[in-house]
Parts: sequence; C-alpha cells; structure tokens
Amino acid sequence: MNANDFLHLMPLLILTFGAIMNMLVISVWRNHKIIYVITAMSFLAAFGSLFELQVQGAYSIDPLLVIDGFAVFYMGLVLLTALLISMLSYAYFEQREERKEEYYLLLILSTLGACVLVISTHFASLFLGLEILSVALYALIAYLRKRERSDEGGIKYLILAAFSSAFLLFGMALVYASTGTMEFAAVAIAIAGLTELPLLLLTGFGMMIVGVGFKLGVVPFHMWTPDVYEGAPAPVTAFIATVSKGGMIGLLIRFFIEVDGFRYPVLVLIFTIIAIASMFTGNLLALQQQNVKRLLAYSSIAHMGYLLVAFLAGNEMGVQAVSFYLVAYFITTVGAFGIIAMLSDKVRDAEQLSDFKGLLWRRPWTATIFIAMLLSLAGIPLTGGFVGKFYILAAGVRTELWLLAVSLVINSVIGLYYYIKIIAVMFQPAEEATIIPYKLQPSIYVASMGTLTLLTLLLIGIGVYPTALLQLISTVLETFQVVAYR
Amino acid sequence: MILLWLIVLLLAGGVLAWVAQRFHPASPRWISLFTLLAALLLTLMLWSNTGASLTDSAWLLRLEQPWVPQWGVGFSLALDGLSLLMLVLTFFLGLLAVLISWREIQHKVGFFHFNLLWVLAGITGVFLAMDLFLFYFFWEVMLIPMYFLIGIWGHENRRYAAYKFFLFTQASGLLMLLAILGLYFMHGNQTGTFTFNYFELLNTALTPQAARWLMFGFLAAFLVKLPVVPFHSWLPDAHSQAPTAGSVILAGLLLKTGAYGLLRFVLPLFPTATVEFAPYAMLLGVIGIIYGAILAFSQTDLKRLVAYTSVSHMGFVILGVFAFNEWALQGVVMQMITHGLSTGALFILAGFLYERLHTRDIRQMGGFWATAPKMAVVALVFVMASLGLPGLGNFIAEFLTLVGAWQANNWLTVFATIGLVLATAYSLRIMQKIFLEKNLEQTVLPDMNAREMLIAAPMLVLILWLGLYPQPVLDLAKPAIEAQLQAYNTPLVPEPEEPSIQTAFYLPATDSVYFQNLNEAFYERK
Repeated sequence: MNANDFLHLMPLLILTFGAIMNMLVISVWRNHKIIYVITAMSFLAAFGSLFELQVQGAYSIDPLLVIDGFAVFYMGLVLLTALLISMLSYAYFEQREERKEEYYLLLILSTLGACVLVISTHFASLFLGLEILSVALYALIAYLRKRERSDEGGIKYLILAAFSSAFLLFGMALVYASTGTMEFAAVAIAIAGLTELPLLLLTGFGMMIVGVGFKLGVVPFHMWTPDVYEGAPAPVTAFIATVSKGGMIGLLIRFFIEVDGFRYPVLVLIFTIIAIASMFTGNLLALQQQNVKRLLAYSSIAHMGYLLVAFLAGNEMGVQAVSFYLVAYFITTVGAFGIIAMLSDKVRDAEQLSDFKGLLWRRPWTATIFIAMLLSLAGIPLTGGFVGKFYILAAGVRTELWLLAVSLVINSVIGLYYYIKIIAVMFQPAEEATIIPYKLQPSIYVASMGTLTLLTLLLIGIGVYPTALLQLISTVLETFQVVAYR
Repeated sequence: MILLWLIVLLLAGGVLAWVAQRFHPASPRWISLFTLLAALLLTLMLWSNTGASLTDSAWLLRLEQPWVPQWGVGFSLALDGLSLLMLVLTFFLGLLAVLISWREIQHKVGFFHFNLLWVLAGITGVFLAMDLFLFYFFWEVMLIPMYFLIGIWGHENRRYAAYKFFLFTQASGLLMLLAILGLYFMHGNQTGTFTFNYFELLNTALTPQAARWLMFGFLAAFLVKLPVVPFHSWLPDAHSQAPTAGSVILAGLLLKTGAYGLLRFVLPLFPTATVEFAPYAMLLGVIGIIYGAILAFSQTDLKRLVAYTSVSHMGFVILGVFAFNEWALQGVVMQMITHGLSTGALFILAGFLYERLHTRDIRQMGGFWATAPKMAVVALVFVMASLGLPGLGNFIAEFLTLVGAWQANNWLTVFATIGLVLATAYSLRIMQKIFLEKNLEQTVLPDMNAREMLIAAPMLVLILWLGLYPQPVLDLAKPAIEAQLQAYNTPLVPEPEEPSIQTAFYLPATDSVYFQNLNEAFYERK
C-alpha cells in the first residue's frame, strides 16, 4: 500500500481513529459530552474528507477495495446519517442511568463496517465489513440491558445474524469453488460466457441472497425485524433501519451490476418474488399494529420491497432511483425514530399509539414533523418520499415491470391506511394525564429539535425541488458503469 | 407569472393564518378572507383584461419554467376560458367557505384556515397545471388538507369518512400516475424527448390497445372523484361528515376537478379510446342520474340527501362529456358552475339549520316558513335551481347537456331526462319537509342574520344571472371547449330544425377549421 492508498482510505482511517480516541478517553475520564463531541467530530471529519478524494474514475486498492463515485455517494450518505443519529442520541441517553459512553464507540464501529461494505470488491472485504457492522450492532441493540425487550432483541439478532452470516460464507465458498476467485470482477469474467447458471453457482448465489436478504429484512428473512426494532433503543433502531440496510443495498447493487446478474431469469425471478412478498407482507402485517416501532418495522420491510423494484429495473435509471429513494428514506426514518426518541422517557420508549394521542395539540411542532415524516413514508407530494416513489415507479414502468409496478401501487394504498392511522391519533383530543413534562435542560431539546427541523426542511426541499439532488446523484454515479440490461 | 402568484398567495396566506393565531385568535379568519378576496379580484381582473384576446387563441396566459429538467418536468401553468371560469368559482366558493366558518369553527381556527387555503391552492393548481407531473402533484396536494378538514372539524363519524375519502381518491390517483408514466415513456420512446408537457404529449400516437389501458388509468382517478356510480360510496360519507365549509368545497370544487380532468386530459389525449368507451360511460352517467336521485329521495339526513343529489347531477356531467359535441360540453361547463353554486348553497343552508337545531335529520324539522321566511325563500330558490327550473342556471346546464347528448345517443338521453322528473321529487321533498308541513316540535327558528344574508345574496344573484344571461360564460368557455374537441374533428353543424335554440343561446355554427388553424398556429409558435 502506498501513500495514495491511505489518502483514499482517509474516511475509514478517521473513523478508526475516532473509535480509538473514544476508547482512550473513556478509560481516563467518563464524560458523556466529551465523547459525544469526539464522535460528532469524527463523523464530520470523515464526511469532509470525502470531498478531498477528487474521484476521477475509480481508484481501486487491489484486490479488496475500490473508491469510485458510487462508493463516495454511499459513504457520504452513511456518514451523514450516522452523524444525525448521534445528534439525536445525546438527549435520549442523557436521561438514562446506564453507562452511555460506549454507545458512541459502537456507533462509530458499525458505521465503519457499513462504509467498508459499500467500497468492497472482494468477498473477504465484504465479510469483514459485514462482521464489523454486525458485531457492533449486537451490542447496540442490547445496550439498555436492564430492559427485557432490549436483551431479547439483541440475542435474537445475534443468533439470526450469525446464522445468516454462515449462509453467506457458504455461498461465497460455493462461488469460489466453481469460479476459483473471490473478486467481484473476476467472478464476472468467469461467468461471462454462461447463458445459464450451473447448479453449484446457483446454489452459491442463492445462499448469498439469504445472507443479504437477512440484513435487508426482506421476506422471508424478515422475522427478526419487528422484535429487534421494538427492543432496540430508538436511535439504534434508526441506525439499523438506515445505515445497516443502506450499506447492504450499496453492496448488493455493486455486486449484481458487476456480475450482471440480471442476465439470469432465475435470479430476477427470485428477487421479483422477494420484492412482491416483502411489499405485501410488510404492509398487511403493519395494518393491525398498535406499537409504532413495530409498525415502522413492518413498513420498513415493505419499503425494502419498493427499493427492490427499482433495483430490478437494473439500468442506470434504476440505480439512480435506488440512490434517490435511499436518501429520502434515510431522512424520513431518522426523523421518525428521532421523534420517538425525543418523546421517550426514562422507563420506556414512546412506542404505543396511545403515546401519540393529541400530540398535534400538545406539541404542534413535533407533531408536524412527525406528520411530514409519515406522509413521506406514504409517498405524498411535497415530501421527498413522493419523488422517490415516483422515481422507482418510473424505473419500473420504463423496463415494463408491470407486475411489480402494479404491486407497488396497491401497496402504497394499503400503506397509506396505517400511516394515516397514526396521524389520526395525533389529532384526537389530548388527555391531560399523557402530557410528558420536559425533564432535561432545554438546550438539549433545542439540539434535538434543531436536527429534526433540519431533516424536515431537507425532506420538503428534495420533495419540492429534487433537481439538485438528481444532479448530484447522476454526476457522482457517472463513473459507475452500468452494464446495459436486456 | 400572475398564475404562479395566485398559488403562492394562497399558500402563503395559509401559513400566515396558522402563525397569526398566536397573536390574535380571530386574525386567521380575516387573513384568509382577504387572501381569497385578493385572489378573486385578481382573477376577475384577468377576465376583464383578456376578454379581447379570447378570439386569438384558446390560451390566455402561459407560464413555463423548468422544474426537474432531468425528467422533462416543467413548472408549466396555462389559463384558458375553462380554467378561468373554474378559478372564479374556486375563489368565490372559497370566500363563502370562510364566511360560513366564521361562527361554526371555534376550535383550532388557525389550523383550519391553513388547511382551507391549502386545499384551495391545490385546486387552483389542478385547474392550471399543464404538465402531467405537476398536475398529479397538485392533485395529491389537495387531498391532505381536505383529510384534515373532515377528520378534525367534521361531525360525529368524521374519522371513518375522512379515511374513506382519502383511500378512495389516493388509490385512484395512483392508477392515474401509472398511466401518466406509461404515456410519458411511450411518447419518449417515439420521439426521443422525455417530457411531461401536456402540449407535447397531445401528439403521441398510441396503439388502440395502449390508448385503452392508459385511458382507464386516467378515468380511474376522474370517475372516482366525480363520482360515477360504482365508485361513489365515499361521497355521501365525506359530504355529510365534513364541516359546512368542507362540504361546500367538496361538492363545489373537488368534484369539479374530476370533470375538469375528463375535459382537459381524457378527451384530447385518447380520442379513439374514448369514442369506444363512450356508450358505457354515458350508460354509467344515466345510472348515476337515476340511482342518485332515488337514493336522495329516501334520505333523512339533510346533508346526505344533498350529497346524493350531487351524484345525480354529476351523472349529467359524464353524460355530456362523452357526447363529444359542443352543445353538451357547454352544458357540462355550465353544470360544473351552477352545481357548485346550487349544491354549495344547499349545504350552507344545511349548515345554518344545523347551527340552530343541532340536527341534520329532516324528520325533526318542519314548518319553518312561518318563523324564518328569509331562509325559506333562499332555500326555495336553490331547491328550484336544483330541480332545473327555467330561469335559473341549472336549467341552462341540463338543457344544453341533454340537447348535446341527444345527438350522440337518443335512448340514454331519454332515460337521463327521467332523472329531471326524479329531481323534482327529491327537491320538493326538501322544501316540504323543512319549511312546509306542521312544526311538530314548535321550534322557533331564528331567521337569517346579516352575515348569513351576505353569504346568500351573491349566490342568489349569480344563479339568477347564469339562468337569465349565461352568454358571457358560454363565450368564455367556447374556445377552450373547441380546443378539447379538436381531435374529434367533427364540424359542429347544429341540426337545421333547431334554429330557435341557436339564436336563443347564441351558439353559432362554428367554423371549426378556423379555430383548428389558430390552434395549430399556436402550437407551432410554441
């Protein structure tokens, strides 16, 4: 490795440095505020260093990693999201008894894992990134260890994630066995001549899909989602829903486009079934939920299904649509869980529907933000979610995936029902008893509210004037070659 | 630019009204009153200024701004006679909606007026958008505030009604979005330019199969909104549960966006497919007319009754739209306006009665003529308008529609005419149950006060004016209607045996070639 390689890995190095700093500082002096500042600074610095990369074409660090426009965009997305989540975490953990400092350490580490995922071009780096991400997540989910649900969620995630990692490893081994290489590009060359996948390779890909599908929480690998979402502390839930899934989506796109998996009808069929099943299962199961965190968990299953529609479109437009949708979805999800985190008290998270009763009259501004987030999830105009959904639908119609497009439309309507349900609860008359008093210093709330307000403005910004973001995505992804599909 | 300012004015007024509540509880009312007054004056000014240029081209004003150039989405607004009429109606009814809410809404006044103005902004956008993406955008924008209006300030069963309204319209809207995207890509693949611009998409050549599917996508949205009978079930709930202002806007304006969509998009975009579908559409219209009338007759809830009369009246709209001739379309435009006024007025009266009696059940009313003669007279006028009495606006509308429809389909028109008889039955029942008969409970009904008279008077004047001298409206709508019918290339020569009608309403035999040339010239210039 030469100096240039290190320069290109600067974001990762900064994150690693931040993690070590945190560890050292914790061992010397436990102070929530200092750790928080170090964390925020390292995310910011890592994000800033992305601008120094000056990517002209792809810079590959053979054989493990590649830094190209796609990588920069996804890293930037992951880092910014992590920063926002850490900003929302401060108020949440400040009012809790547990030792709060290690949380930030784990947060940095799992972000690092997600960043490695999106730049990897080799099975080894893929697995490395995935495990850094997952291992840190086990601890994050069970972080509030005095809560039964939190422990349950952590252990559930641990067992299932380990299991799915085993599948992924086995799948990689099979691919290696039949192609003799672990590099994405070399795998692509090895199978380039094949018009149909041999059984061994198909099994290999199939098992990898299991591993990937688990991380994304798509049907039929979705069982962990509601329990983990419910058990994990609200900011961690936001993290799982965004950074962890976003990293995996980035990897999936890179790998699939590289090996041109869309050539094989059987793989397309598998993903089509997964997408449709995810949309319907997620939305139908969300209908009867009384717990907002579980509801959002099911809704996230459906949203991953929507994303797969654009992914299946496979062309340049599809990749751009996925990227755009991810941005809107990240903003929305962080915002929604941020609201839950802010309304939570010492004992439990504000996750029951009844906790939101009359919110519009008790705290108009908080409720307005939450309504904006929910409407964006439902895909209503003026929000980024609408443009994202429109883009996905356009990508689907363009490649004439009518079945997927129509499923998406039907599911949007089903989804609307439960988002509206939450909104309806918010404008019911408030009961006096449910009013939660402010406990912390007002300045902490100002920080959280500021972050949430910023998110709302961003959301409406990309909803009303998406041109700038589209421009950014298309220039950044220019270096990322999409193989013509069909 | 003035078109954009109209929308911005409403949006800004809404935000201001919400914020202003903190400083003074009554200020939102004044703010939205002045906002709407300004918007109304602006549009009336447009009308008076551009009267001369009407003969030039169908379009009075246009605005083109790039919005999302990557997708070929433009912020494209345009105004023709049809949109202008709809805008005047929008702001007029909006103004009345503010006035009737003056006493009725005492709770969260700021948020109420925010929603009111934003619905109106969405409706304004729908009437002006000439870019399909923008059109869909506004189409959706008007839903959320309406949902809040029904869901927060409605009557006892408001949440259910709001849900139903929202899901029906949203689901059908999404089907339209699919069709818009299909059209977009078909046009793009043909010509190489991907655009949502209405004027460009007009020239898309479609295979019959494709045209049929795309048309059904658009129809889904418009027929649900209108509503046409199998898709109408959201309407009685939404109308009867909404607060008075909400009902007025729903009946007066939201239904009209469906009719407007049919005229503006379905007819010119899919000329062949609509001709195929026309007999079925007209049949649905006739079913709607009769079914709505029968159900209206059997209601006991006054607002529900009026809601079903809307179903019946909207049957005439679809009957006229799918007759594809100028007579019928003039009738449709008149019907959109006069129905907005007459049904709006009936909902307002229902609101007055509810404020006094706290019931909408007409079995508990009766004999109010003695105590409230002014209200009774106002009610009488609008009930007569609703049944289509000559001299009032609705008569012109229904007459023109039926004359046009007769040329397209004789038998269906005969059945539609039966609807007029049924209209007489349900309309007179309203009058009889509420204002005549015996006052069983000996209720003393206070008569209308000055504010209420202020609301009723302009509506009375307008409905009379439209009935006695509809010519300005017909003139204004004429070029727009011809533009919509251009694709059908049916030179409109009125039947020679009906010269009297021709002179009476001054609908000259159009030299459609002349207008066609003008329109073509217009497109080329663009």
